[in-house]
Amino acid sequence: MNNFDYQRAGSFDEAIRQITAKNDTKVVAGGTNILDLLKYFLTSADRLIDINHTGNHHDIRETESGGLHLGALATNAETAYHPLVESRYPLLAQSILAGASAQIRNMATNGGNLLQRTRCYYFYDASSPCNKREPGSGCSAIPGYNRIMAILGTSEHCIAVYPSDMSVGLAALGAVVNVRGPQGDRSIPFSEFHRLPGETPHLDNNLQHGELITGIDLPQKGFAENYSYLKLRDRNSYAFALISVATGLELDGDIIKDARIALGGVAHKPWRIPEAEQFLTGKPAVRESFAACADIVLQGAVPYKYNSFKIEMAKRAIIRNGMMALDPSSQLPGAQPSV
Amino acid sequence: MAAPELRSINLNINKEQHVLQVLPWVSLLDALRDHLQLTGTKKGCDHGQCGACTILCDGKRIVSCLTLAVMKDGASITTIEGIADGEQLHPLQKAFIEHDAFQCGYCTPGQICSAIGMIQEGKAKTRAEVKELMSGNLCRCGANIGIIDAIMEVMEGGSNE
Repeated sequence: MNNFDYQRAGSFDEAIRQITAKNDTKVVAGGTNILDLLKYFLTSADRLIDINHTGNHHDIRETESGGLHLGALATNAETAYHPLVESRYPLLAQSILAGASAQIRNMATNGGNLLQRTRCYYFYDASSPCNKREPGSGCSAIPGYNRIMAILGTSEHCIAVYPSDMSVGLAALGAVVNVRGPQGDRSIPFSEFHRLPGETPHLDNNLQHGELITGIDLPQKGFAENYSYLKLRDRNSYAFALISVATGLELDGDIIKDARIALGGVAHKPWRIPEAEQFLTGKPAVRESFAACADIVLQGAVPYKYNSFKIEMAKRAIIRNGMMALDPSSQLPGAQPSV
Repeated sequence: MAAPELRSINLNINKEQHVLQVLPWVSLLDALRDHLQLTGTKKGCDHGQCGACTILCDGKRIVSCLTLAVMKDGASITTIEGIADGEQLHPLQKAFIEHDAFQCGYCTPGQICSAIGMIQEGKAKTRAEVKELMSGNLCRCGANIGIIDAIMEVMEGGSNE
């Protein structure tokens, strides 16, 4: 790590003033990603502003519109095990618990989870060119060992995947991200929060300089009856997803009334295709329906040399997770395959 | 930037109050090991991937490598050195010995602190759940079966079969 100064902010407004007043001032909350990045010299800071002591962003409470507000500073563990999340949004709880380790979930905050950076090998190897780490230096993953990389929404500048499991759950649920910055407060629909790489892969999301996440709002509908998060990875636990799927279904008998499907491990942001969800509306909740839906979700997928398996894996994961969502009681700890 | 400035922080470690002078970028792990000579907490990967540095902070298990000592000013910390009652080993320490739950022993302090935290969390009931919720602690010797056996025994107060 480079040597840096450290200060505790008393409020988010104070933290925002500090970030905008001096260059290379960064924020620390849980610390689990920024300290990792600092130790590898993948990022630097002249000063870290600790926002853990700002008082009012730790809460999880029901909103006036019948949804749920998740404070930016509530930890991932506090959120996943909160009685209202467990009972009303079990899909979110599952997606959070599929990520990281118990220790890290005790530290990592909700805001920080959304802002974690890719685990692309080449991004993490400071000696390799990487357009995300150093704009204009080139992408090492495209001609390199790209087994874990993206198959959807890539650009000629970057094929990294976004690693958060929690965000796949939030994308499926249609969450809204609340942010505060020098210009005041605003809300960003989850589908517009993260970015595709395009020409600017160094930008992971649409936060402006000086903006902080204050919280996340969930809509009323939580798909608490029929839901499943499936995570496929190189070991059974504590590994990033090769493919993950969050599925929420609203059923009328055997007929799907409403469906949500979001994918992780396939793109630079959680991948959600509303047309594929609309396709399921009115269809019977059977394998054939999910298979046809999977074809729509994966339309336009482009494989690289070592990750073509991901296209078929993603399709099968969508089908299997659809079946798992029909019977949540069959599900296993750690978002492992069941059914 | 200006010359680095030592910060004075208070930590309650294993029920003893300590005042430390640390630089802002010193991890809690390095503060424990290098400033307080509490070397029971191990540095494995130093990146949160192995769990060897797991300690309890205000009762919750965390990896001490991914937090700064200055961030924990005022916190209460329990390390492996603080879990026995005098000469009386903690039940998990006894169970680890009985089940031969280690070979080299490097991951053991983190495993035991993590297991204490997991049992307090109360979320793991089955062996599969214990395995899932202990997955942040790696054992490269391959003593995992003994480790899970030891934890199951303490959780159930008896046999894990």
